[in-house]
Amino acid sequence: MSLVKISGLHKYFGSNHVLKGIDLDVAQGDVIALIGRSGSGKSTLLRTINGLETIDKGELVVDGTALHDGKGDLRALRQKVGMVFQQFNLFPHLTAGQNVMLAPTVVKGISKRDAEDIAREMLLKVGLSDKFNSFPDQLSGGQQQRVAIARALAMQPKVLLCDEITSALDPELVSEVLAVVRQLATEGMTLIMVTHEMRFARDVGNKLIFMHHGLIHESGDPKAVFANPQTPELANFVGAVQMA
Amino acid sequence: MFVQFSTWDIVRNLLEGGKWTLGLSLIAFFLGGGVGLVILFARIAHNRLLQSLAKAYIEVFQGTPLLMQLFIVFFGLSLAGVDVSPWFAAAAGLTLFTSAYLAEIWRGCVESVPRGQWEASTSLALSYPQQMRYVVLPQALRIAIAPTVGFSVQVVKGTAVTSIIGFAELTKTGSMLANATFQPFLVFGLVAAAYFILCYPLSLYAKSLEKKFHVAR
Repeated sequence: MSLVKISGLHKYFGSNHVLKGIDLDVAQGDVIALIGRSGSGKSTLLRTINGLETIDKGELVVDGTALHDGKGDLRALRQKVGMVFQQFNLFPHLTAGQNVMLAPTVVKGISKRDAEDIAREMLLKVGLSDKFNSFPDQLSGGQQQRVAIARALAMQPKVLLCDEITSALDPELVSEVLAVVRQLATEGMTLIMVTHEMRFARDVGNKLIFMHHGLIHESGDPKAVFANPQTPELANFVGAVQMA
Repeated sequence: MFVQFSTWDIVRNLLEGGKWTLGLSLIAFFLGGGVGLVILFARIAHNRLLQSLAKAYIEVFQGTPLLMQLFIVFFGLSLAGVDVSPWFAAAAGLTLFTSAYLAEIWRGCVESVPRGQWEASTSLALSYPQQMRYVVLPQALRIAIAPTVGFSVQVVKGTAVTSIIGFAELTKTGSMLANATFQPFLVFGLVAAAYFILCYPLSLYAKSLEKKFHVAR
């Protein structure tokens, strides 16, 4: 049974038809890389999976919680779907530890003490156990992004969405964040990531999805898809990316 | 019958008027702040009706002179058969005026909290009140402190207008003294100095807060 099931999903921004009928099955433990040119709809697709973008038509089911044509229990959905953003979006007035503790205490009603235990465990997992009391502006970009990952994990999501999480980082900080994601993947976390890190997508992903003009244009095993693109659009894209 | 006024008599009377200016400013600022908070929450609510009502409220009070607002409270209520004292009319008028401006200043502060903060807290399944309480308002509050203190200077100066409906604060006391002493230049010079003494520390404080906030960002 699939963990995330998307069928016939359509999304409009005004008159702009950005997602034109997406069907996607994600199994428990899948690591999916979403690639495509900017404007292909990959970020929008990702953001529909936790309801940051509304769905105009179609169905989305995550671990039994369903949205039909965009209607359903969004907060229940969001508790099952974690998200990490390009710009980290840590809460600047809270320490790293408080950032991680906030949602478990406020949303799940977990006691402060238990939430602190969870926060310490999650920060340890991302290699930042010594930064519990640091404020975001005292951390490097890579550290902030790892706190953001810990913050999402503290809600024990069934699936973690990553929206270009290394794109805002200085090059030398990319690897520490990717190492954390790689670790999560080996631990069996279900991941859906929009990424420009093609090598990472190929090495860590077990499924690659190439989006083009609001549709899934090509998908399959990353190594096979990269080595042998079936459509000229993907061949073009792979060529352009490798040139860069 | 003529009464001789020494300079000390003038100052003593002005201090008496100054007390009312200070009192009126404090009442207008704190009551206005309270009402302003209510207007703010209506203005940023998801409910369209509340939003439009708050917007209309703000635009009416920002788009008309404070003097007209005072006249309407003072004479309007009298016409309706409610006898209001200049003191009540002044406090009520300034409270309304202050609440509209503060609500608008604070709305700007709430909206200057980056969209990413909303998205991150949304993705963590926080409800709208939880987002406000734990994520947005704490940040907006820090941004709001400096402009709010800065606006308090406008409130202090705004109290001068209440002299026209006969409320004996600093300016009204000044005009009465000027008429009695035939020394308008001296009297109004002292009145101006008194306003400056009230306002300047507030301006300085607002500036230092602004700087402090800038460094903290």
